[in-house]
Amino acid sequence: MSVLDRRRLLLGGAALGAGALLTGCTSNDAGNDAQVNTNTGGDNANAAPGQKVVIGFSAPAADHGWIAAITNNAKAQAAAYSDVELRAVEAGADAAAQRAALATLLAQKPNVIVLLPHDGKELNAFGLEAMKAGIPVVNLDRAFPDAKAYRLQIKGDNYGMGVAAATYIIAQMQAKGVSAPIIGEIPGIDSLELTQERSAGFRDTLTQAGFRVANRRPAEFTADTGQRAATELLQALPKVDALWNHDDDQGIGVLAAINQTNRKEFLMVGGAGSKAAIEAIAADNSPLKATVTYSPSMASSAISLARLIGQNKGLADLVELQVPKEITLASETITKENAANYMKLGF
Amino acid sequence: MSVTEAPPVAKHPGETKTSWWKGDRSEPVRRNLGLVGVLVALVVIGAVTRPELYGDASWVQNNVLTILQQASAIGVITVGMTFVIIGGGIDLSVGAIVALAGVWATTLATQSYGAGGMIFTAIAVGVGVGLVNGLLISYGRLVPFIATLAMMVAARGLAAQISGKQTQVSANSVINDIASTRVLGIPLLVYILAAVVAAGWVLLNRTTFGRRTVAVGGNPEAARLAGINVRRHTVLLYALSGLCCGIGAIMLTSQATSAQAAMANLYELDAIAAAIIGGTLLSGGRGTIIGALFGVLVFSTITNLFAINNLSTEVQNMVKGGIIVAAVLIQQFRYKSLTNLFSRVKTG
Repeated sequence: MSVLDRRRLLLGGAALGAGALLTGCTSNDAGNDAQVNTNTGGDNANAAPGQKVVIGFSAPAADHGWIAAITNNAKAQAAAYSDVELRAVEAGADAAAQRAALATLLAQKPNVIVLLPHDGKELNAFGLEAMKAGIPVVNLDRAFPDAKAYRLQIKGDNYGMGVAAATYIIAQMQAKGVSAPIIGEIPGIDSLELTQERSAGFRDTLTQAGFRVANRRPAEFTADTGQRAATELLQALPKVDALWNHDDDQGIGVLAAINQTNRKEFLMVGGAGSKAAIEAIAADNSPLKATVTYSPSMASSAISLARLIGQNKGLADLVELQVPKEITLASETITKENAANYMKLGF
Repeated sequence: MSVTEAPPVAKHPGETKTSWWKGDRSEPVRRNLGLVGVLVALVVIGAVTRPELYGDASWVQNNVLTILQQASAIGVITVGMTFVIIGGGIDLSVGAIVALAGVWATTLATQSYGAGGMIFTAIAVGVGVGLVNGLLISYGRLVPFIATLAMMVAARGLAAQISGKQTQVSANSVINDIASTRVLGIPLLVYILAAVVAAGWVLLNRTTFGRRTVAVGGNPEAARLAGINVRRHTVLLYALSGLCCGIGAIMLTSQATSAQAAMANLYELDAIAAAIIGGTLLSGGRGTIIGALFGVLVFSTITNLFAINNLSTEVQNMVKGGIIVAAVLIQQFRYKSLTNLFSRVKTG
């Protein structure tokens, strides 16, 4: 065996070994954290198994924890009902791909369709088509402009998130007697309408109290961009009193930056309500003191409501015999005091 | 095989010898001085617009370190990118490789092997993906643009698959502490950047590997005839870029204390832009590591300048675009060409 052959054998063997070692390192089982309404027994008449409902489901395949939780929740909630069959289709990368996927779903004639569109405006036509074909459409979070395009719309309150974050910060500042606080804001992707609504709610509410945002550095809903934005913001503001970060996923990076720069003179409010954020709030050992919810639990609720629509039932506590047409979830403020109640809703 | 081109045309008829300063050999130095000038201008603008911040010496010192730290991960990636571009290629997959390496290194299974396992995984994944890029390009005869574009999509897809689209938090304190550790008051990340830049400089300017890179990028056919194994060298260049991505992935994972499939988004564009404004010729055969470093620092300083003035990132991106265009224009009408142009204007 020549030297070259031996070297090749060694290198090849090393490469194969490294490859084998690496493929063993892709396992990632962290258990299932879905948010499911399991109140299916006892005095809840609606929970009793009824007529079988086939629910078609489509949500974007995004690389963000919130969207991942949406799909997980929908699947888990559907599995909790013995009378629900969920047919999920991959929504693909954009509105056109989702439209194509939905066309195949429509052909299967489900009883109800639950849909988180890539873009409400672009998929409005699909909503109209499905409704015309007699299949009720439940729009999840991204509204269709046309009221005839959906049977039910369930969404979060972006403007309300900003209001809730600002309200908490105002109360804290007034309690501490800070009259002109230095407030920082780290929004998500700035070109999105939802980001603009959140910022508008935050700004409007602060203005009413005579406060203003001193610096605003957008991130991109990812931890690494959150870290960058927070580092820049903290460098620009040598002293900060309060900070609102729109998204708990990017908040992982924001908290890392706070830790790395060794700054803790301020309080921070998060957004969305991730499990990690709620745990940090409960532990109370970081500047993160509160988070305002925009919970992906809405997907679980959407499946429950779609089932009721399919079975022609209403909400038990309401007088009306049918499920309402629009539901906007309130943005709730999670603090140390109530964190324990919200732990099961963290995603 | 030399980097320099033919001796420059004499500026004036009758002038036989061109001084070093005006010659082509000093072109990179002049360009780097130009970038230093841009950096100084940015700092001056910062000092004028926010005098109360710049009046505080400890803040200024901290600001410089912040700019360097923010440039560290992308700087390391840019070193690899500069080698690939000098070698006549392009690597559009660097951001995706960083994401894949970061995600792979932070799975629960990898984390159970400790910091060593995580670092090994990130680097092995980076080099491995780089090797695949290189093999596709040199032996599969794919155009670098296409091969690395495909890898960009595929690697992000695999990263999303492995991570289940979730943000994977690093629970390893050794990894997480890399970003917060300071040695002699300077962040460890800045030392890593300095080490990679120094190694890159030596590799490019003082080794046969570097000379071969320039030769392969300048004229692959001539390089082949001169006895260089062009294909093997190309594979090594992409593996080197992958190695830098692996190191960058660890740095970024440490900074964000987590990794996810969408991390290092569009880093390929930042790295290419930094290399280009640093004087690396997109067609290959010429470029400097120091120039690329200055390119990264210019971007990092602009971001900082916009942050301390609370200006929107939209304007910041426009300014970045303007700087890239200006740098490429200068590259086209280099000093020599400019003087030619002027003399033509005068005579014609």
